[in-house]
Amino acid sequence: MTLRRVVVFGVMALLLVPFSAMAAGEGEEEERVEEGLEIVTWWTAGGEAEALAALIDVYRQRYPDVEVMNSTVAGGGGSQARGVLASRMVGGRPPDTFQVHGGAGIIGTWVVDDFMEPVTHILEDNDWMGVFPEDVIEIISYEGEIYSIPVNIHRSNVMWYNIGVFEEHNLNPPQSLAEFFEVAEQLQAAGVTPLALGGTDGWEPTHLLESVLLAELGPDAYRGLWDGTTAWDGSEALAALSTFVDMLDYITADQSAITNIDAAEYVAEGQAAMTVMGDWVHGFYLAIGLEPGEDYGWMPTPGTQGNFIMLTDTFGLPKDAPNPTNVRRWLTVVASREGQDTFNPIKGSIPARTDADRDKYDVYLLSAMDDFARDSIVPSLAHGAAAEVGWMSSINDVVTFLVEDKDIETAAADFQSLADQYVR
Amino acid sequence: MIRTKRDLTKAVLLVTPSIVLVSIFVYGFILWSLRTSVSAWQGIRPDYTFVGLRNYIHLFQSTRFQIDLWNTAYFTLFFIATCIVVGFVLAFLINRNIRGEGVFRTVYLFPMALSFIVTGVVWRWMLNPTFGVNIILENLGFPSDWGWYTDPTRIGGFHVALTSLILAASWQFAGYTMAIYLAGLRSIPYEVIESARMDGATEIMIVRKVVLPMLRSITLSAVVVLGHISLKIFDLVMAMTGRGPRFATDFPGVFMFETTFTGNRYGEGAAISIVMLVMVALIIIPYLVHVFRQETHE
Repeated sequence: MTLRRVVVFGVMALLLVPFSAMAAGEGEEEERVEEGLEIVTWWTAGGEAEALAALIDVYRQRYPDVEVMNSTVAGGGGSQARGVLASRMVGGRPPDTFQVHGGAGIIGTWVVDDFMEPVTHILEDNDWMGVFPEDVIEIISYEGEIYSIPVNIHRSNVMWYNIGVFEEHNLNPPQSLAEFFEVAEQLQAAGVTPLALGGTDGWEPTHLLESVLLAELGPDAYRGLWDGTTAWDGSEALAALSTFVDMLDYITADQSAITNIDAAEYVAEGQAAMTVMGDWVHGFYLAIGLEPGEDYGWMPTPGTQGNFIMLTDTFGLPKDAPNPTNVRRWLTVVASREGQDTFNPIKGSIPARTDADRDKYDVYLLSAMDDFARDSIVPSLAHGAAAEVGWMSSINDVVTFLVEDKDIETAAADFQSLADQYVR
Repeated sequence: MIRTKRDLTKAVLLVTPSIVLVSIFVYGFILWSLRTSVSAWQGIRPDYTFVGLRNYIHLFQSTRFQIDLWNTAYFTLFFIATCIVVGFVLAFLINRNIRGEGVFRTVYLFPMALSFIVTGVVWRWMLNPTFGVNIILENLGFPSDWGWYTDPTRIGGFHVALTSLILAASWQFAGYTMAIYLAGLRSIPYEVIESARMDGATEIMIVRKVVLPMLRSITLSAVVVLGHISLKIFDLVMAMTGRGPRFATDFPGVFMFETTFTGNRYGEGAAISIVMLVMVALIIIPYLVHVFRQETHE
């Protein structure tokens, strides 16, 4: 054997490996019957993993023959899962269904690029269109079709406060932004940090900003930020940015070093009086043994009463999913009253349906459900419901500068140029 | 040495797989990143429409990226300097046949066995301004209002918050630098130092005129190894500080990760990684050329 032939042989042998693997894969594909269901999520923490397991149990009871594969990808608040998902979807090996933030989170990333099947019929066939609020249907729809089924609703515009701190200083929780500044001034003078705010993950200040934008703009103009009808550098938006910057005078000194849960803990310990954070904080407080209504109270972020900033976890049906029938059954379970009432009390969120069994929910969740049924519902920016991820991560960068530089003109101009780039 | 044709065949057979794999998975992917970096790819679906240097121009205009580059420069400079100085001093002290040498050597080298993630988490807690070392300082009566990595202060282009990262990274790698200096010190023939001493040189002169020049190649390797770590720094930052106040502790690696995997802006993300590759190449390639020349000389 000459040297050249050896080299050629070596290279050829190596090149064969991937092809033989592919051939084997194709063979399997042909004789497949639908017997499995692979679900990709990033739910790994206590309550959420259990909630998913309970929901899967509901599915198993109805379809005992289907082998459900729970593929959880841990880490990075879902960014690891999204990375795995992206490579599988683009590589043509999608999972059967996956957890994704409803709204722009799925539409901008997956729907516009034609990776998903519409699933409007799941709601229509079961006559469920009426049990989901119209605002929610609008948020999860794209060009008249629904592409993912919401399993839960979290609320973003909640202000959590330490009841003991307010009583000790003879103060009432602020109802409006003007009252917020009065109360904050008095708390500051008394040596209590008025507002706990996190920052390690880059989105926490954006979370506060979305509440302030809503408070200053109202729900219609707030929605307009995402479709280009409200200017980011208009006078109302500038007023909101200015209020946001003023609020930063009252935040925790180590803002950039703490997470949103650390901030909630500062409030629990009484180091800080209030924090604006999503209602997963309620689950955290329960877990550390606090009593709702006694140790901590809640209310809509001052100035946002009557409005509900929502984020939602949803499941969809990718094109080329190996077991589409099983996925449709899964989505039906997800959308069903039984499914939602099984999942949400454990997860600590409220159902996306408005006809839930109220006996299963605790005092905070019931109050959130009442607001959800009544309020104007708008999508959350910081959690991927209002703006697609590219836009959202760029907004987070602008906010990071805004928090330190407090330069609202520059921020408004940057926000506007991002809107020009991303509004379709 | 290759003596027969048979040996040659074996040699080629042995290296072929690694050459093939490296050319696909290293160089092939570098070319792929290069191609992505000049494409319009944004969103999940690959889009290789050629857009020239648009991503790069966008990148260098971004304030965040400019901060990242300065942070990288300062971090690299101070991290390498700290490791070299501390590492050399430790090696020099241990080399004086002190008692319990093995214990000290192990203790100082130990942090290297940890991953940057562990180091990052530990130092994040230690330097947390509300419940970290500040409490110890306060109890000892020292000033205790240090912001550490939450401090947004800048001195010129230098973010004070970087010192926390430099501290943590140096803690981890000073021991490694010590180990290679120790090996270098042991390889200096004792006669050389002895004769310098006979000629009346003081200890300091011996260090400056004899020891340090003989350790020059060790220093060079240390700089290259530490330099490529600091230019690519990512895990330590992610575990310890995140982007920091006003991107005080942001680095291109973090920016690249966020742009690509949370922002789905693949074109820009690839451009960042190419810039990082060029930075590392700027120190590695001259070093490789230098080493290669030395080898051919011998």
